[in-house]
Amino acid sequence: MYAQLVKSDGMKSREEMSPQERAFQDRIDRGEKIEPKEWMPEGYRKTLIRQIGQHAHSEIVGQLPEGNWITRAPTLERTAILLAKVQDEAGHGLYLYCAAETLGVSRDELMEKLHSGQMKYSSIFNYPTLTWADIGAVGWLVDGAAIMNQVPLQRTSFGPYSRAMIRICKEESFHQRQGYDIMMKMAQGTSEQKAMAQDALNRFWYPSLMMFGPSDKESVHSAQSMAWKIKINTNDELRQKFVDQTVPQAEYLGLSIPDDTLNWNEEKGGYDFAEPDWSEFFEVLKGNGPCNKERLGARVKAWEDGAWFRDGLMAHAEKRAAARQAAE
Amino acid sequence: MSKEWPLWEVFIRGQHGLNHRHVGSLHAPDAEMAIKNARDVYTRRNEGVSIWVVESKNIAASAPSEKGPLFEPSNSKVYRHPTFFDIPDDVGHM
Ligand SMILES: [Fe+2]
Ligand SMILES: [Fe+2]
Repeated sequence: MYAQLVKSDGMKSREEMSPQERAFQDRIDRGEKIEPKEWMPEGYRKTLIRQIGQHAHSEIVGQLPEGNWITRAPTLERTAILLAKVQDEAGHGLYLYCAAETLGVSRDELMEKLHSGQMKYSSIFNYPTLTWADIGAVGWLVDGAAIMNQVPLQRTSFGPYSRAMIRICKEESFHQRQGYDIMMKMAQGTSEQKAMAQDALNRFWYPSLMMFGPSDKESVHSAQSMAWKIKINTNDELRQKFVDQTVPQAEYLGLSIPDDTLNWNEEKGGYDFAEPDWSEFFEVLKGNGPCNKERLGARVKAWEDGAWFRDGLMAHAEKRAAARQAAE
Repeated sequence: MSKEWPLWEVFIRGQHGLNHRHVGSLHAPDAEMAIKNARDVYTRRNEGVSIWVVESKNIAASAPSEKGPLFEPSNSKVYRHPTFFDIPDDVGHM
């Protein structure tokens, strides 16, 4: 998902746990929230830093493909809406960085790890937004997939993460609806506009399915994360839910999902659908997607170009504080 | 490497008449900027009528390990709750 491949240490059985670890697991099983200053296993802390960090980075990098269209939106109203949406994503990144920082990692450390490629962000943001319809597809599909993942995470065991998720979920539904609204306009427009909408769906469908990550039914990392309640559903469960929810929405638009194998399966009560090309997914994660260099380059440039400004404000604040102290 | 901006805790009064509530934190060089940033980060949808910020390092907190000695004594004092006392219905509302 926004955190697609989070590694954690293997899962411990109850017998292998120390008494402290067992008491910790009991608290989680009772549904208690874990707060930052409380004791937690090192693995729990580390996995959470990776997961929340990756999630935060995705929110921040995710501003870039949409930011690309702010000055070119078709109307002033669409510009204002898109600006508000992208600003929300900045907010989401900030809530999440703060949640990660309560675990003892600094903001600069997280930034440094993003910029050096040590920490990842979601693969989806390495695809280009070529037309205005792509902005519709991103809101509808990408935010739609994000919601699928984020809603259950509101119940995650780590207090600050859970609270950040609750805030974020309140804001996400606007994101998806504004995207779908763009798609409706395009799909009901001229034949060229409708073709654009179909083209956007064609290009974003499989990358959206990849957002949930590869199947993790047998993954030990996932088993541990689920025991700790920092992952609530398997990747396949969420992907299935997403497909089941999205297909009727595409039908309403009169657009077709680019998958000939798509078929309603009465028995399982869901659609059968084609898996995305996972070799493409791993290539994108490795840095070889269509926009990886551009995205990371833009982040690093913004960070470096802004350094003098951050330092200037800090120097000013220190000077004023010193002057105030001298006057006292 | 340049110096990281300090961390601030943000408290928002959601409506007139309510207490300020902790909503999260953010980085800012000083209090003035912290309030400006808090406006953008935490009140984009009319969530507040007033903002407090305080530098995180200035907050003193009780230790999780002291939970027992601090809060258990009140567990046994059930008589502090009005429902501890049975007042006959005949007495009327009390
Ligand atoms: Fe978001
Ligand atoms: Fe969003």
